Amino acid sequence: MKVLVAVKRVIDYNVKVRVKSDCSDVDLANTKMALNPFCEIAVEEAIRLKEKGVATEVVVVSIGDKACQEQIRTALALGADRGIQVETDQAVDSLSVAKLLKAVVAEEQPQLVILGKQSIDSDNNQTGQMLAALTAMPQATFASELTVADGKATVTREVDGGLQTLELTLPAVVTTDLRLNEPRYASLPNIMKAKRKPLDVKTPDALGVALKNNVKTLKVEPPAERQGGIVVASVDELVEKLKNEAKVIG
Amino acid sequence: MTILVIAEHDNAELKPVTLNVIQAATDIVKSAGGEIEVLVAGAGCQAVADAAAKAAGVSKVLLADSAIYSHQLAENMSLLVTELAANYSHILAPATTTGKNFMPRVAAVLDVAQISDIIAVESADTFKRPIYAGNAIATVQSSEAKQVITVRGTGFDAVAAEGGAAAVEAISFAEDAGISRHVADELAVSDRPDLTAASVIISGGRGMGNGDNFKLLDGVADKLGAAVGASRAAVDAGFVPNDMQVGQTGKIVAPELYIAVGISGAIQHLAGMKDSKVIVAINKDEESPIFSVADYGLVADLFEVMPEFESKI
Ligand SMILES: Cc1cc2nc3c(=O)[nH]c(=O)nc-3n(C[C@H](O)[C@H](O)[C@H](O)COP(=O)(O)OP(=O)(O)OC[C@H]3O[C@@H](n4cnc5c(N)ncnc54)[C@H](O)[C@@H]3O)c2cc1C
Repeated sequence: MKVLVAVKRVIDYNVKVRVKSDCSDVDLANTKMALNPFCEIAVEEAIRLKEKGVATEVVVVSIGDKACQEQIRTALALGADRGIQVETDQAVDSLSVAKLLKAVVAEEQPQLVILGKQSIDSDNNQTGQMLAALTAMPQATFASELTVADGKATVTREVDGGLQTLELTLPAVVTTDLRLNEPRYASLPNIMKAKRKPLDVKTPDALGVALKNNVKTLKVEPPAERQGGIVVASVDELVEKLKNEAKVIG
Repeated sequence: MTILVIAEHDNAELKPVTLNVIQAATDIVKSAGGEIEVLVAGAGCQAVADAAAKAAGVSKVLLADSAIYSHQLAENMSLLVTELAANYSHILAPATTTGKNFMPRVAAVLDVAQISDIIAVESADTFKRPIYAGNAIATVQSSEAKQVITVRGTGFDAVAAEGGAAAVEAISFAEDAGISRHVADELAVSDRPDLTAASVIISGGRGMGNGDNFKLLDGVADKLGAAVGASRAAVDAGFVPNDMQVGQTGKIVAPELYIAVGISGAIQHLAGMKDSKVIVAINKDEESPIFSVADYGLVADLFEVMPEFESKI
């Protein structure tokens, strides 16, 4: 069984982003970039499926400019077998990404596609579901447990009320949540090996996908700042403030 | 134009977040005119439809009552909603795990972009939404023919739950995609209010040390009628279940009072609670970033002060 994993290059999760002074966008100049944490979990899960003998090949795909090859290499160093970059320097929305991935799915014919549930930059939480729709595959989002057997994927999902388990007929789309696994670190020899793994570059044109972006960002502003608070010296003072100043407890 | 709001429910009860989404729809109507209809899709959910019909501003409730919708599987929800879509200019659902699950599927079938997690309506096609864990707020304008939108409940006040008298109309469409199957639910049972609906929340982090110590928070929660939440670290460590996670990738909350105990205040946690009205932080490390958003900070060992706090409130 082939597993396709889609990954995205995003700002490192430890970095607090700043808004440009002209409010046109966030300022990403010289910021540390990384593999989106949920994508890293997706890669890890695919590799584990291969280690268990369930998957035979793990293919990683990323969409973006040349820089995203770095994240594809990271995934290859973790253990993926080969990479595909769909090259574009345009900002692409989730629907266009899903269309590009659909074209890659048509070429690769994976039995399972694993994606992160959301990217920590745009926080959209859309791509996996859209890909599932466009390919008419079943979906299990926010996965915290995945088993594949007999042409089915059984997936436990983290939902607002607790956990929900679904059974999907393969081929299927799964998006990862935080508790699915704890990604490994790439070893130095594997990082070296990853440099020699195959990485194909394709264009949206070659995939037959016209990119559109029908949602325009008019401005990007910093959020309202909270007024600084005070440090109280004791529980008594805290209770007194909550009762009499903030009036939030009786 | 007519707006479709998709109700959040568990087949028995209309979830309050639906009322916040109806407010977002009301804001769109205010700027552009039109009507608001609510879709209740579920199994044995007549009571939910009746409740939705009473919500302020609703002109009609569509009831799709079939075993096919009992768990609101994304595949079947998207077949239903896209079947109905022609009648609507906007389709809105709450940004809950249910709405986030099926709405992008709806958008993709309709070949339109989705706008996720809006916190304000500027006009019928322009909305505000947080990006980068809430460290920036984007104003976005959509030129799509139809708007598919998820709504962050905390961004909007709830409309009145009572007073309306909309008609309930049954929908006969019921198609099973047949590619996914519900196996089991393992839902948290609690007498406490829902995190997203609670007016007081007390959350514990890694500093709690273990799950047993959450008892220290339970006592306070009992006295204040509060919900109990947690940081990701507390959930990852197995102290408490996943449905208690507050943050960028957990639940977004904005209660009147949020008490963070043994939580450092990572960006991802702040993203889920920094719009709370009053924030209290109890942490033994005065350098913790949680103090930068706290109205009242108490630098102390939680094991020493929590019993005292419980006894004095
Ligand atoms: C993709 C991604 C998504 C994430 N999403 C979320 C999310 O949705 N929600 C979330 O919460 N996190 C999220 N995180 C994790 C986040 O980055 C932090 O790791 C996490 O919030 C830390 O939890 P914590 O504050 O409980 O633990 P820590 O950072 O370890 O802090 C523990 C705190 O407890 C204090 N403490 C310890 N002992 C005591 C004591 N006896 N008395 C008083 N204080 C004490 C310490 O001083 C410290 O400040 C995410 C991370 C990533 C990468």
